[in-house]
Amino acid sequence: MTTPEKPTQRVVVTSPRTRAPRVPRPYPASREIDEQSELGAVYMRSLIRTQRRLGLLLCAVVCGSVAALPLVFTLVPSVTSQRLLGLPLPWLLLGVLVFPVLVLAGWFYVRQAERGEREFAELVERS
Amino acid sequence: MSSSYGIIAVVVVAVGTVLVGTYGLRISRTTSDFFVASRTVSPWWNASAIGGEYLSAASFVGIAGLIFAHGPDMLWFPVGYTAGYLVLLALVAAPLRRSGAYTLPDFAEARFGSPAVRAVASVIALGIGWLYLLPQLQGAGLTLHTLTGAPDWVGALVVAVVVTANVIAGGMRSITFVQAFQYWLKLTAIAVPVVFLVVAWQAHGARDLTGPEFPVFPRETTVSFDTNTSVRVEQAVAFRGDGVVDGSEVDGPAEFGPGEHTIAAGSRLVFPEGAPVPHVASIPFNTNASWALPLRGGDDFPLYAVYSLIIATFLGTMGLPHVIVRFYTNPNGRAARRTTLIVLGLLGIFYLMPPIYGALGRLYTPELLMTGDTDAVVLVLPSRMVDGVGGQLLGALVAGGAFAAFLSTSSGLMVSLAGVLSRDVLKFRGIRGFRVSTVLAVLVPLGMTWLVGKVPVADMVGLAFAVAASSLCPLLVLGIWSTRITTAGAVAGMLAGGVPALVAGLVTISAGGGNVFLARPAAWTVPLGFIVMYVVSLLTPRKVPPGVNHVMVRLHAPENLGLRSQDRL
Repeated sequence: MTTPEKPTQRVVVTSPRTRAPRVPRPYPASREIDEQSELGAVYMRSLIRTQRRLGLLLCAVVCGSVAALPLVFTLVPSVTSQRLLGLPLPWLLLGVLVFPVLVLAGWFYVRQAERGEREFAELVERS
Repeated sequence: MSSSYGIIAVVVVAVGTVLVGTYGLRISRTTSDFFVASRTVSPWWNASAIGGEYLSAASFVGIAGLIFAHGPDMLWFPVGYTAGYLVLLALVAAPLRRSGAYTLPDFAEARFGSPAVRAVASVIALGIGWLYLLPQLQGAGLTLHTLTGAPDWVGALVVAVVVTANVIAGGMRSITFVQAFQYWLKLTAIAVPVVFLVVAWQAHGARDLTGPEFPVFPRETTVSFDTNTSVRVEQAVAFRGDGVVDGSEVDGPAEFGPGEHTIAAGSRLVFPEGAPVPHVASIPFNTNASWALPLRGGDDFPLYAVYSLIIATFLGTMGLPHVIVRFYTNPNGRAARRTTLIVLGLLGIFYLMPPIYGALGRLYTPELLMTGDTDAVVLVLPSRMVDGVGGQLLGALVAGGAFAAFLSTSSGLMVSLAGVLSRDVLKFRGIRGFRVSTVLAVLVPLGMTWLVGKVPVADMVGLAFAVAASSLCPLLVLGIWSTRITTAGAVAGMLAGGVPALVAGLVTISAGGGNVFLARPAAWTVPLGFIVMYVVSLLTPRKVPPGVNHVMVRLHAPENLGLRSQDRL
């Protein structure tokens, strides 16, 4: 069924706010990196710095706290004769608990490192 | 322990390894297949293969033996072997894979573009590889000797022949299959007996493992000596036997007074049940209670020894040639990280087992403290604790697993050593060059097995870690994360750290032990390597390799950017 007075169709017209034609950026950042320009070097330095900080921090915190144990055992010898879950504390820490801690630290690192790379990729593609 | 089941298990493992390898031969065709399995291996396969390759004689028999003799200080071996992968994951894994090189010398060249750096890295990688192969061959000799009484060189020769044939036939592709299979074999072989051992321990009344008494013979025990042995006695102990004790012939009842005694090779002494066990001179005399405490290992500088071990293992893992070559079989940097994470889990599960053997050994196989064959504790314990055929079968399973450990680690080392030899030393490329190099790679450590003293397997592996940590670790870490490292700095740092560590290791091995600063050199050689590399680099700023920024892009840029400079094989 058609009606003679057809409702006028509304059309939304949008336009860029400037008159200048929008050209794609002639040099994507990935190309800057490829061509070893100053700008590309800045991008890469920021990525390397982030990843280096993450890696060193993780090693320092996890390996540092694990490696502090012998010092604790020497300075506070009473710790070594404690028992927990039926095992002497040094055996429980070094024989059992340290392994899940290392796996968790590894999982955390992989997540953070991949996030860092994803953010870098987005930054490069956005520019 | 003379067991036909054990011999069968060893034969099955050896034949199985060859068969899986032959299956791989049908697939491996090109040079790239030979070296890195064409980079098509999934993270789970690759992680199992890394685990299989990494769990060596030291992990399978050595750690339990050291814990058995020296107590919880030795738990730092498994902790360090695992934590080494965390350091590798956080500092090296992805950039190393993205460098797109096959071997460590390839990385050196990719990063520095200098034949000199490459040559030094090749020589050091060869040294580490040979230092690491040696204890594998020794461990194999020990296993066959424990099983059959055959002379030590037989086991070394068997492993050398099987591995050489396999590597020549299939290269790395087959090795990836073999290694992945071996990880699960090794885990089964060490974990299944643990269940039975703990049940047997409970059934025997769950005797306290950390009691206040010295280890005693649990039943009347005959102890045979293959070499001249010097033992220490704390409490007088009566025995029967025939042989030569303290230089005089003994035949029948006799007694050891407190003090040092020597027993000549070929003596057989019978000790009664409940007698305190004399200890070989190199093992400290501890009650089970003081043995269970840390820092009682009897070293002159226990804290130095522990920290040196921590530094060597935490940082040395990344410098082992057979570990590094595995990372090139990942398709990209992201997969390399995920593989490493899985490896951390696989190692953690495995390393829960060896301390249990070490602790139970104090109760059930204390005579090993007297002969000094502490590395045999894993092999002997199952048949000692579980009676009858069951114990024999468990013993066979452990023996098979131990043999798998020697085969897999030796295979991995051989592939990487042959790679380095054929490309850098012989300059004889292609598949024939690889095969010639494989033969050469095995002959050197096989010859060295005749020259070395009685150093525990895990200690010798620790020396290989120390050399890797003081030379190739600075090269990798500083090379990946700093643009300032120069070719002169790289060469100077590798030599300053690696040469003292290598010399200290060779002195220790040929003397059969010795000064703790030489037996555990990492605490001073590692800082030396890092500092010399960095300082010499700062002093020679003009020798920064050209195009270092380009290399850094390749090492660090994520794959999903689609950079042209990352296009590669």
